[in-house]
Amino acid sequence: MAINSIWVFAQTAGGAPTTGTLELLTKARSLSSNVSAFIGGDASAVAGALGEYGATKVYATGDLAGKLPGPAVSAAMKAVIDGGDSPSVIMFPQNYEGRDVMARLSVKLNRTVLTNNTDIADSADGVVATTPIFGGNTLVNTAFTGEGPHLVSFRPKSFAAESASGAAASVVAASVPDTGAAGAARVTAVHVEESTGPKLDEANIVVSGGRGLGEAGSYSLVEDLAKLLKGAPGASRAIVDAGWVPYSYQVGQTGKVVKPAVYIAAGISGATQHMVGMKGSKNIIAINKDKEAPIFGVADLGIVGDVHKVLPQLIELLKSRG
Amino acid sequence: MEGMNIVVCVKQIPDPATPGALDGSTNALKRDGKLILDESDAYGVEMALQLAAANGGGDVNIVSMAPNGEMSGMRTALAMGAAKGVLISDPALAGSDALTTAKVLAAAIQKMGSADLIIAATESSDGYTGTVPEQMAEVLGLPSVTFAKKLTITGSSLKADRQTEEGYDEVECPLPAVISVTAGVVEPRYPSFKGIMAAKSKPIDTFTAADLGVTPTGWAGAGQKVVAVTQAEARQAGEVIEDDGNAFNKIVSFLENLKVI
Repeated sequence: MAINSIWVFAQTAGGAPTTGTLELLTKARSLSSNVSAFIGGDASAVAGALGEYGATKVYATGDLAGKLPGPAVSAAMKAVIDGGDSPSVIMFPQNYEGRDVMARLSVKLNRTVLTNNTDIADSADGVVATTPIFGGNTLVNTAFTGEGPHLVSFRPKSFAAESASGAAASVVAASVPDTGAAGAARVTAVHVEESTGPKLDEANIVVSGGRGLGEAGSYSLVEDLAKLLKGAPGASRAIVDAGWVPYSYQVGQTGKVVKPAVYIAAGISGATQHMVGMKGSKNIIAINKDKEAPIFGVADLGIVGDVHKVLPQLIELLKSRG
Repeated sequence: MEGMNIVVCVKQIPDPATPGALDGSTNALKRDGKLILDESDAYGVEMALQLAAANGGGDVNIVSMAPNGEMSGMRTALAMGAAKGVLISDPALAGSDALTTAKVLAAAIQKMGSADLIIAATESSDGYTGTVPEQMAEVLGLPSVTFAKKLTITGSSLKADRQTEEGYDEVECPLPAVISVTAGVVEPRYPSFKGIMAAKSKPIDTFTAADLGVTPTGWAGAGQKVVAVTQAEARQAGEVIEDDGNAFNKIVSFLENLKVI
């Protein structure tokens, strides 16, 4: 067995572990009976939930007091590893903090990183991670060839989170050593962009808009339809870059990965960047003027037409049904 | 501050408009054709030019790493207004992982001398590992703010709005520092004809990994090896219809069948 023990970089939101954290713990416990969580912050409120999903221990740095997690958490991890507890694998979520901590730690340990993965296996080739490329059409399996700890990150929703009914994880303090100049950045204010309705990556129906809407004002069609369907509005990178909607609306490789029951793409051509984030949807409806648009290649129902005509008709009919 | 010295890391990539392919013998992305400036890096170049202009001038220089001597993507950045370029070109770097890339870029930046600010994109559009800026900061022993979507300089520190899952954080960071900027943070200028002509004669210094004192690891030392490449199960296209004015009814029937309305 190449894998003896695994750490999962754990994150919290609103006082609970994130879904991504629980997904990684679920996968980790299928590979090893020795799974620990590592958290940049205080663990007392989440030790129960982390244990329930498979962590027997949680290393906690305590309050980071405005320090960015990248330098701080990686330094705390390095200190624990130097102290003798060195895991075979450290799993990270593919998000802002996950990438920063993994990148800093890779330099401290002089280890390579494998990012953007959707699976991991302990095989005859060693620890092998799977990443989809070319918009998910090709799967590449890459093995770590050097010594552990192996640093590997995963896209959201790569695994389904399932409770193991485990007992609360024991909390072990892992304080942050002096990080010097590298740790000098400080968070001075936190802004939460409020949104109503279901969260984009948890909604049963997602309605996304793209460049085909023509102008920022037309995005209200997407919001209206999403609201009527009790879904969440999303967006392609093109209109996020254009400043029509906040980044938090973005579906795709650099945004959210969604797998709703129904995904409606309005005025989205289907760039690889976008497809990576939505092609796991159970059903896809696409509306686009260009019948050659790549989005029709993955759509269960494709409408070659003008979103400015189809969406208002659809909204009107749904409203009349109440 | 009297004139800032800003270094922008740029990547030259195969044109995203042409379909990507893997090299049959190495399983690496083919990068043998003409390379262009990664669109993601145009934001960093623009950001650097604007910051330099707003803070008493100073130099904006670019650094790039490529296994061949390709410079056409760098010329685009020079045409936008960067002063000079440094290219680390070494066949031994082919197959390097993100960590080696970060070590090489960091060594080149040290050789270029006394940068106040180092800017990179959050990830490249071809490999998108997304760790190089933060790894580079760690190698250089510098603080970093990744995923910055707004950036201002006051005196010897910077303020940035940093993207988070729920919104954004305001972050303060002393200089020198490494920043990665998200796409759309500024509107990149199009190179003018004059800029394009001027770029042809702007200097690009070329170094090998050995010149920088970095041991190139390439394929052998990457710490990772592709063991299998397979085709994913393709999603089948369904029904595609032209809107005759009644397509909305078709959508409603589709949703009714799924029992979501």
